[in-house]
Amino acid sequence: MSHLNTKANIAEPDEFYHDLLAQHEGRSAEESEALNARLVLILANHIGDAGVLREAMDLAANTQGGGEVNRLV
Amino acid sequence: MTKKKTFEVPLYPYVRSPDQDAGKAVRHKVVVVGAGPVGLAAAIELAMQDVEVVVVDDNEKVSWGSRAVCYAKRPLEILDRIGCGDHFVDKGVQWNVGKVFFNERQVYQFDLLPEDGHKRPAFINLQQYYFEEYLVDRVKELQAQGKPIEIRGNNKVVFVDQSGDVATVELETPEGNYFVEADWVIACDGAASPVRSMMGLDFVGRIFEDNFLIADVVMEASFPTERWFWFDPAFNRGQSALLHKQPDNVWRIDLQLGPDVDREEEKKPENVIPRLKAMLGEDVHFELEWVSIYTFQCRRMEQFRKGRVIFAGDSAHQVSPFGARGANSGLQDTDNLIWKLKLVMDGKAPMSLLETYDEERIFAADENILNSSRTTDFITPKSSVSRVFRDAVLDLSKAAEFARPLVNSGRLSVPATYDGSSLNGDDCAGMPVRSRPGSPAADAPTVNGWLLDQMGNKFQLLAINTEVPDTVEVGGVTICALSVNATDEVADRYLGDKSSAVYLMRPDQHVAARWESYTEANVAQALNRAIGIFEQEGAQ
Ligand SMILES: Cc1cc2nc3c(=O)[nH]c(=O)nc-3n(C[C@H](O)[C@H](O)[C@H](O)COP(=O)(O)OP(=O)(O)OC[C@H]3O[C@@H](n4cnc5c(N)ncnc54)[C@H](O)[C@@H]3O)c2cc1C
Repeated sequence: MSHLNTKANIAEPDEFYHDLLAQHEGRSAEESEALNARLVLILANHIGDAGVLREAMDLAANTQGGGEVNRLV
Repeated sequence: MTKKKTFEVPLYPYVRSPDQDAGKAVRHKVVVVGAGPVGLAAAIELAMQDVEVVVVDDNEKVSWGSRAVCYAKRPLEILDRIGCGDHFVDKGVQWNVGKVFFNERQVYQFDLLPEDGHKRPAFINLQQYYFEEYLVDRVKELQAQGKPIEIRGNNKVVFVDQSGDVATVELETPEGNYFVEADWVIACDGAASPVRSMMGLDFVGRIFEDNFLIADVVMEASFPTERWFWFDPAFNRGQSALLHKQPDNVWRIDLQLGPDVDREEEKKPENVIPRLKAMLGEDVHFELEWVSIYTFQCRRMEQFRKGRVIFAGDSAHQVSPFGARGANSGLQDTDNLIWKLKLVMDGKAPMSLLETYDEERIFAADENILNSSRTTDFITPKSSVSRVFRDAVLDLSKAAEFARPLVNSGRLSVPATYDGSSLNGDDCAGMPVRSRPGSPAADAPTVNGWLLDQMGNKFQLLAINTEVPDTVEVGGVTICALSVNATDEVADRYLGDKSSAVYLMRPDQHVAARWESYTEANVAQALNRAIGIFEQEGAQ
């Protein structure tokens, strides 16, 4: 059974990030949200594997603001 | 009484020049406008080549406050080549580790992990005023050796004109104005370049709206020698922050303030100090050395040369400071320019060689502008969706390795490889890609010391595990041999699959062409190409 790949897998990260955001230029907040939803569905279909998708959903659900607090003072 | 800071002391005080009493405009070979890092480096290199040069600056002191603090390996190698690298590296603070915080959590840590077998470290931090002071020291050393170099403080350029092969410059001094003439003018007069404005030349690009408060503080602190960067910290909510160490217990603190601020208000100590205390803690004792507020622009001139006037450094291109590309890339401009100018002045290369200064350095400027614009976009998201993605990357970066390369708090300055340059000659399949034509030479240890210490300021044939003649004459240019036996590092960086190699190296330590073994015809052709003499396709 295959697993979610969380290792770096994008050859040109800065270029990818720029292209991703360029898709959103000139769109309203609702349009952007809808675009993101479509994009998630497209990528999910490409992955297909239910186990991998479940792992991806878990990772996304559990990474908001995680980790220990680290203060300068 | 506290000792005066370097930047408060006049380093090249105004002295009346005989030119002011000559009764007519005295002709010079080169006038460099601006004694910043770039102008000084240009002048030093010219003087080392025995080209007479006068540097004029509108004041008598080095840069006010630190400004640039991070210098990358390549500029340090350039400083070595112009004879003064040790000074900078001895004083500078070396660092390799960077930490990125999101809110109050460390999300990611990087180590520059510099490759072994290089003389110079990946980065040093050094105040710009020291940087300029050490260059002025080098100027004085050259003067003591009788080299034709002079700095004129309080000589402000107020007018520039050119006709035919001469440029005329009007200088304003405390004792009135006078004119000089020059075969060439190199305008290193900074981002606001008065010379550029006087000539009515364009300077277009993107303006970023955010303001950044830069505070250099002197404090005894136990923070490690690392680059710390915060996105959205509690002490500067919704904005970013940076902490970085400089020599003499000076710390660079950089706080993003947002687009609409009253700059004069924000700069007042009574407003700066509480911000710093929120970051550093109530009981940390510190003194403010320098405070400034900046907005950033990413832009460049359409062309870096107009007739006899050549632009280098910030006057030609400007980037945001994130990524340390301003002074670093400015030094690479002069690295590229001076050997070309010298060959043209000596009549050994066609004037068109100077067009390749534009070609190669505009390519590099665009690379720097692209990188620093992307960093600025990541640090200061322009729309709510870009902030959502930015925060998603940061949230993921602790748990998921893939997100870490997407975190962009600055892509630190690396030199451009002049891929596709019209000066590049033959390449050899099977040799390492990193040393392809156009690339800056990688350092390596050899039995005679560091490779880069043996290279530069002239054309050379680097011969590895093979024979080449001691000197080769092509046109008026002499190519000198540099023979080395391959150490592991040399083999790894220059041989690849091959058992021997011959590299034609330019005076700026960039690779012009490479082969497995020496043939006179190949070397002659590549040398001609490297100095801008292009043969017709198919002709011999
Ligand atoms: C906050 C901040 C942080 C930075 N951090 C970094 C960093 O970490 N790494 C990095 O590489 N870069 C950094 N930079 C950029 C760096 O400071 C500049 O790129 C660098 O100073 C450019 O050098 P220069 O010689 O082209 O111009 P300048 O240093 O601006 O020098 C121009 C000189 O020309 C003189 N001049 C101007 N007009 C005239 C005139 N009419 N006549 C005669 N002389 C004149 C000026 O007095 C000045 O001495 C930073 C900049 C800022 C503001």
